[in-house]
Amino acid sequence: MVRVDGPVRPSVIYKDIPFTENVNGEATLTDMRYEAPETLDAAVGLLAEESGVARVFAGGTDVMVQIHLDLIEPDLIVDVKNIAEMREVVEEDGSWRIGAAVTGKELMDNAAFNAAWPGVMDGVRLIGSVQVRGRATVGGNLCNASPAADSVPPMIAADAVASVIGPNGRRDVSMADIVTGPGQTSLEDGEIVVSFRLPKRPANSGDAYLRFTPRSEMDIAVVGCGINLMLDDGGTCTAARVSLGAVAARPLLVDDAANALIGTKVGDDAMEALAAAASAACSPIDDKRGTIEYRTEVAGVLAQRTAVIALERAKS
Amino acid sequence: MAKQYVNTTINGDSHELLCDPTQTLLDVLRDQLDMTGTKEGCGTGDCGACSVTMDGVLVCSCLVMGVEANGKSIDTIEGMADGDDLHPLQQKFIDHIALQCGICTPGLLVASKALLEENPDPTEEEIRYWLAGNLCRCTGYHKVIEAVQDAAREMRGA
Ligand code: FES
Ligand code: FES
Repeated sequence: MVRVDGPVRPSVIYKDIPFTENVNGEATLTDMRYEAPETLDAAVGLLAEESGVARVFAGGTDVMVQIHLDLIEPDLIVDVKNIAEMREVVEEDGSWRIGAAVTGKELMDNAAFNAAWPGVMDGVRLIGSVQVRGRATVGGNLCNASPAADSVPPMIAADAVASVIGPNGRRDVSMADIVTGPGQTSLEDGEIVVSFRLPKRPANSGDAYLRFTPRSEMDIAVVGCGINLMLDDGGTCTAARVSLGAVAARPLLVDDAANALIGTKVGDDAMEALAAAASAACSPIDDKRGTIEYRTEVAGVLAQRTAVIALERAKS
Repeated sequence: MAKQYVNTTINGDSHELLCDPTQTLLDVLRDQLDMTGTKEGCGTGDCGACSVTMDGVLVCSCLVMGVEANGKSIDTIEGMADGDDLHPLQQKFIDHIALQCGICTPGLLVASKALLEENPDPTEEEIRYWLAGNLCRCTGYHKVIEAVQDAAREMRGA
């Protein structure tokens, strides 16, 4: 579709006319190329050769919206859904590797993965609608780089590592180090997130993600919190990771909040300390979804509620 | 870019098309194939009026590129009735007056059908969650839920 925005007839949509330039003489989307390579090397090559704007395309639930709203005008779309490694979910000795282009629905339908990482799935289940989850991917949710992305805090809490490929080869990047700000990532030009590895967890581990929203579905987190913790046989927390979404320019890994739990039985005092540390980590914005004060307060409460669920799962 | 050859199956019929990568699947259905049952509400994945299934998976056709339909099987509202025989969901939407202006209705029907294929006996809550991506400005949803429950009952033979 070609949307012509300009002084003459703003927002008129000419669907049938193969425009190559709009009323301002700018090139329009009819120049966009679509490629769907079957190998990572081919995808990397296509991105490296493109001098204009290129987008990696998986579920399309963000890229298509950005095109529709004229936020981007890609010259090249590289659809990665034909690349086998990006579409696989595999368990390897208790650790999991999930392709970055696996859809939310496919993960929801994978009973073994749901049992292994229920907290990650708490986040995935909250992405968009049924229709959106039929297409949207965890890789896309990460690379779209919204501070409020629902699958990112539980993946950070899970200590997931992204495998990234680009013109300079392949590298591992901690999930927490990819998003740097709204719409911004640490990925280099031409790099693709291929898959995520979630480490093996000992027994007595549990994870959870909660978000706070006015609506229960189809909403964007005011605050999101992912917690992953491990207990010893006596019920003492031996390791924890706490991640917060929507309270800063990027999803946060909050060490102080994890430290509030480690070494405790996650009783009342630990919960108080957890809430205080979570609130202290917040540097949110004021917007229509919540004020700075509100988000900061809610982050503490939400962290406690998330910890209760993670603890319950660790014990069961 | 030159248009790309797309070979797709829509409601069981094979179609060969030439699609520009800038066309969404919704554009292809409505403008190229004159299948205007699928509606555009928002174009951004928020309203569900454009719901179709692709290889059995419920999606927003406004968020799918036409060229992605290559090799895929698409089902739209046009394939729902069997000739003059309405699908039970369609009949129940009429019986329960689950529509007013009707712009959301094809999307709601396609989404409801996908729900009942996955879960033939959904609770009210499950229906409400499933249909959260289908916005309706007219009905207030209550009659939609009733129609889906009633159709589910009939389809189960209960
Ligand atoms: S038109 Fe596709 S979701 Fe609204
Ligand atoms: S009947 Fe009018 S929008 Fe649903």
